Amino acid sequence: MSAYLDHAATTPVLPQAAQAVADELGRFGNPSSLHASGRAARRRVEESRELIAASLGARPSEVVLTAGGTEADNLAVKGLYWARRAGDRRRRRVLVSAVEHHAVLDPAAWLAEAQGAEMETLPVDPWGRVDAEAVEEAIRRDPASVAFVSVMWANNEVGTLQPIGDIAARTRRYGVPLHVDAAQAVGQVPVDVGSCGADAVTVSAHKFGGPTGVGALVASPDLDLVPVLHGGGQEREVRSGTLHVAAIAGFAVAVDVAVAEQPERRRRMTALRGDLVARVLAAVPQARLNGDPDPDGRLPGNAHLSFPGCEADALLMLLDAAGVECSTGSACSAGIPELSHVLLAMGLDEEMAASSLRFSLGYPSTAADVDALVGVLPDAVARARAAGRLSLRGA
Amino acid sequence: MRVLAALSGGVDSAVAAARMVDAGHDVVGVHLALAGMPTRSGSRGCCSREDARDAARVADVLGIPFYVWDVSQRFRAEVVDDFVAEYAAGRTPNPCLRCNETIKFAAVLDRALALGFGAVATGHYARLETSPEGTVTLLRAADGEKDQSYVLSVLPQHRLRHAAFPLGASVKSEVREEASHRGLAVAAKPDSHDICFVPDGDTSGFLARHLGPAPGPVVDGASGEVVGSHDGAYAFTVGQRKGLRIGRPAPDGRPRYVLDVSPLERTVTVGPRAALAVDGAHLGTPVWCGVDPGRAFAALGQYRAHGDAVPVDVRPGSDGAGWVAVFAAPQHGVAPGQTLALYDDDRVLGSARITATWRHEPASVRA
Repeated sequence: MSAYLDHAATTPVLPQAAQAVADELGRFGNPSSLHASGRAARRRVEESRELIAASLGARPSEVVLTAGGTEADNLAVKGLYWARRAGDRRRRRVLVSAVEHHAVLDPAAWLAEAQGAEMETLPVDPWGRVDAEAVEEAIRRDPASVAFVSVMWANNEVGTLQPIGDIAARTRRYGVPLHVDAAQAVGQVPVDVGSCGADAVTVSAHKFGGPTGVGALVASPDLDLVPVLHGGGQEREVRSGTLHVAAIAGFAVAVDVAVAEQPERRRRMTALRGDLVARVLAAVPQARLNGDPDPDGRLPGNAHLSFPGCEADALLMLLDAAGVECSTGSACSAGIPELSHVLLAMGLDEEMAASSLRFSLGYPSTAADVDALVGVLPDAVARARAAGRLSLRGA
Repeated sequence: MRVLAALSGGVDSAVAAARMVDAGHDVVGVHLALAGMPTRSGSRGCCSREDARDAARVADVLGIPFYVWDVSQRFRAEVVDDFVAEYAAGRTPNPCLRCNETIKFAAVLDRALALGFGAVATGHYARLETSPEGTVTLLRAADGEKDQSYVLSVLPQHRLRHAAFPLGASVKSEVREEASHRGLAVAAKPDSHDICFVPDGDTSGFLARHLGPAPGPVVDGASGEVVGSHDGAYAFTVGQRKGLRIGRPAPDGRPRYVLDVSPLERTVTVGPRAALAVDGAHLGTPVWCGVDPGRAFAALGQYRAHGDAVPVDVRPGSDGAGWVAVFAAPQHGVAPGQTLALYDDDRVLGSARITATWRHEPASVRA
């Protein structure tokens, strides 16, 4: 029995989206060309853009297509900072939540290292939630010096939803732009860009059934953004580069399906996740659940647990050998699970943080996946506990 | 059997893992992150070095699972800190040996066994033979040039029973050829010779960075005369000839060698090669690959990774703890801190660290 429980890393491409990509790869044309082939390609891109916008409650003119979530985050963070500083040199402060994805944290840290920014991380409560009041306080200390605020819609590690509406109301009050990384949220919870109050929202197609390598930054054309990629001037001169028509077509089909099915997906995943958590806690009584326990305060598909006395990478390996695929948090190219900045920000100690796994459900998940996990987890935990701690992290 | 194949990212460990797969074992590749990954932004110890990527690529080609185990903190504590401390005390350590003793065939092997593996396989050139009763014997590799039994001589029987060295019967050129046939991209990767945590090969510079400047005199052993100066006695090794920076030639015109290193007194003592001669050594508590012989015996002793094995008599010391070694012929270049590996022909009997050496056998150690 095997189970894929890492849908937060990536989830299978929807058959309809795969078909759209394949169909599009059979056609050709550069959407920037003026001739008939180009016009045909442009029409398909624009139809995709309209579908994406409609699914997200945005206007088509707001959709800046990118090569994925990381690029959209970089465009928001760097583009907003550069534009805001160009407008007023005093705007140096970059306010980001302590639990942002590295695609936000690292460019922000780079701005601080190399571009004269001052990075301030906004603290979170033990569930990983940012306090909107604390955001306002940080702004209020010196509103004129804030470049922008960035707080994610839903945390990728522990699944906690952030009070975006409340935060947006406050950033608005001070005229400070708000970026929201919604990569994990779309398809799991309702995401309405138009009414959420954010100025720029990151979307990533492969998180909800589209292909990898495509996403968008949804931002009003009035929002001043300095490009990260300069070149042919595509995407209203904010993001140059010939558009990947096939990937965009797959993105559009997937977001359309994911948003239409979102209420049903949420209902099913919430039940499945409740079952997973209850059965894991019953099978491994020492385990501890992380993140907001309230189903309304979290992503429906995320279950994040600590297994005291175990090293997460040992557990992951044992589960992998038993056919159960999960994650220690965010994937890392070198393969070393690092201590999660999210868990540390939530107040977990290093040993607890090093013993944590994320199980994430997706639209194809079934009860059999939970059965597979619960069937092999107790033995894996016993073995990992016996193996002790190799890394000495937190020792 | 479930086998953990340690994949360094080099050609030897790649072929070793491939052979374990061919032998029908259930193999999992593990890259040991020893020296700590370079960090990008602050505390993030992520992002691959080339070796980790090469190791992952090998595992993918072999179709085996692959993980990186972070042993950097343990490696620093057990191997790097020990290396620095030994030099600081005027001794000559072998970090590869220490790594096998404390990391690869200790922390990693123990964890592997606890996680359900039966053995750890590496690309070391050494052979293992198992008797019908299950006793495992460690032997020199078929390729005498590559033989690495010396750095494995610290493994006791209960470790050797869970070790696998699939390359022991091969010569290096065959291994490279095999890697190429198997489509492993690391086939042409150059051999690593240096200490892995001193990648530029500048051990003196590495020690200087860790221990700071400690200048002092270079003294002639016979006359007591100061013949030069140094920036740190810890950077010198008994038997060393190069890099002494002695202005004046010796009276006899012959090269001078390091005879003694005293970092506390900041003194390096030099003299002619003849003054290096050592007749015997005090040894720490030995590690026996098989059973403790418990009494005196004659063996071949090797005190450098690529040195010759020379006839030696060993016997338990009178104090009951350490042992004593008496060389059949005087040796030049034996230094405290080195490990003396004991062989019976090609068979490794065990090893012990040299704690002190002597020129003429003192009465205290006479049997």
